[in-house]
Amino acid sequence: MSAQAQPNSFRTGPDERGHFGPFGGRFVAETLMPNILELEKAYEEARNDPAFHAEMAYFSTHYIGRPSPLYFAERMTEHLGGAKIYFKREELNHTGAHKVNNVLGQILLARRMGKKRIIAETGAGQHGVATATLCARFGLECIVYMGAVDVERQKPNVFRMNMLGAKVVPVQSGTRTLKDAMNEALRDWVTNVADTFYCIGTVAGPHPYPAMVRDFQCVIGNETREQMLEAEGRLPDSLVACIGGGSNAIGLFHPFLDDKSVEIYGVEAAGHGLHSLHAASLTGGRPGVLHGNRTYLLMNRDGQIADAHSISAGLDYPGIGPEHAWLHEMGRVTYISATDQEALDAFQLCSRLEGILPALEPSHALAKVIEIAPKKPKDHLMVVNISGRGDKDLFQIAEHLGSQIV
Amino acid sequence: MLKTQPMTQRIEARFQKCRAEGRAALVTYIMAGDPDPETSLEILKSLPKAGADIVEFGLPFTDPMADGPAIQAAGLRALKGGQDTVKTLDLIRRFRAEDAETPVILMGYFNPIYVYGVDRFLADAREAGVDGLIVVDLPPEEDDELCLPALKAGLAFIRLATPTTDDKRLPAVLENTAGFVYYVSITGITGAATPDFGKVATAVERIKRHTPLPVVVGFGVKSGAHAAAVAQGADGVVVGSALIDALKGTLDAEDRATAGTVEAVTKLVKELSEGVRSVAKRAAA
Repeated sequence: MSAQAQPNSFRTGPDERGHFGPFGGRFVAETLMPNILELEKAYEEARNDPAFHAEMAYFSTHYIGRPSPLYFAERMTEHLGGAKIYFKREELNHTGAHKVNNVLGQILLARRMGKKRIIAETGAGQHGVATATLCARFGLECIVYMGAVDVERQKPNVFRMNMLGAKVVPVQSGTRTLKDAMNEALRDWVTNVADTFYCIGTVAGPHPYPAMVRDFQCVIGNETREQMLEAEGRLPDSLVACIGGGSNAIGLFHPFLDDKSVEIYGVEAAGHGLHSLHAASLTGGRPGVLHGNRTYLLMNRDGQIADAHSISAGLDYPGIGPEHAWLHEMGRVTYISATDQEALDAFQLCSRLEGILPALEPSHALAKVIEIAPKKPKDHLMVVNISGRGDKDLFQIAEHLGSQIV
Repeated sequence: MLKTQPMTQRIEARFQKCRAEGRAALVTYIMAGDPDPETSLEILKSLPKAGADIVEFGLPFTDPMADGPAIQAAGLRALKGGQDTVKTLDLIRRFRAEDAETPVILMGYFNPIYVYGVDRFLADAREAGVDGLIVVDLPPEEDDELCLPALKAGLAFIRLATPTTDDKRLPAVLENTAGFVYYVSITGITGAATPDFGKVATAVERIKRHTPLPVVVGFGVKSGAHAAAVAQGADGVVVGSALIDALKGTLDAEDRATAGTVEAVTKLVKELSEGVRSVAKRAAA
């Protein structure tokens, strides 16, 4: 991987056409192009407008509850006997996950653009809930596309969205999971292009989405940097985060990409194992074009998109954000994977030792912390992003553990 | 502006013939391999005889984000039967062996072509007898990917213009287009809403002010009457989802072809052809 020339900085992408190295781009139908160019311009104006940042800061503090704590996981550290482990506690945000950071940015942007109808896709439902929440707060119409399979396995979140006034549309096409929800959202956008804002939940899709969503999530890494300097007087030695599309990971990683001393680990979902059904696009896929961007995809020899599998609906996507594909090829971030079983084990360990029920998504990151931390010295500072809380997963976890929730 | 002249003779000749007959062209779309390879080839062969002037053959893809339920399902039926890009080009080769004149346009999404390898795909497609490509998810911003290599390889890259393509953007959309321009009559997906035909005529006039190429209109055309309405202003009429609906209506419970499958499609094509031919246009000088 290190054969490629290393850039002076890993933080300057994408270029003006939305490329991170060979990845990214704008592979969309002509109908959407004018909208995408309009969005790019509106975002550029907003990010240079202090009033937009002030509005973001106000709602981040008073509505989301930021900053989220950087918490020393003392018992986990003792138990593993190696690195000193910190949790970045994104699960304490309003709505229970990191997703809301991005949605706040996009909804404030939609308001600036005068768009009154918001559409979103969702897998686990966390992005859908965050979008429904902010639409309720600002009085906007909200339609959430969700694969019919995910509607079934994430019932509590479907109910939450309904309570927030959103319309959840179960998607019956294709494999009826996150990728099909994204197809259906794109079909809606192409049909209602004039008045609709598409609020994408991860660092994927056509430019400018991967860069814009990343910018909104970088609050995670920026806070971590300050908090670690305050707690330990120096930068962390390693970062660990789970990756589906990769928004919580890039949010934590990006502010540290040019700090060479910081090891960075992205954890994909290995499902039943890499030789069976899984969702590890970088480990088990290759470059292709889907949903507006070139990136690593799970697909067959003919370029037909494969069914991804993960116990976690939030990681169950056959692609990954284009910036991760590039960081993978440049060798700046090490991408590894955790199986369903490893994630379940990590979920239980974290719940018992720290009194924190992590979502199944960050349980994948914790699974690799359990593997890596014992090999590190005691003064090694490791940060893991607890990107969401586990309440939404309890029914599913109970089923796997063979118990029943009454 | 790319100066290389693409090998679009078959397309040009066909539009010339239609103009000489004082009428618009009928362009039909079916999915390769739907419901099985042999039936789709049989339908393809029957289309020109039933009145189609240009045939579009769909390249199946798992995630057709601009298509409605009819074409989504057609693609999945084809993929379930093992259809892939290699087999689709084989079917076109066999069609071409019997029909040297009807232009064949391959229509689909970029990923199967990208994975096949762009240069290898273009060489194989041209050798098989493909005349042009319509790739939905490649706007002018991504011309380097396939459009420019296709023009170099002698294949027409047919661009979609849409109601959101304003006068400012239109020149960029038309710049590297060859063969004809495909005007998408609605903002939406295939097989959904029926367009306002008056608005479509105005849009076609607008595009024709920017290009000497023929302008064909598709999306939402379902009957002979619709075809006649579109043929008033446009140089051609595209019909896809309605043909696939007609095909699907004849399949058995396991989605297999029955004795009536081919005929159901050709019957509708005949009706559409009569619709197109009912509108007399000024013959080209």
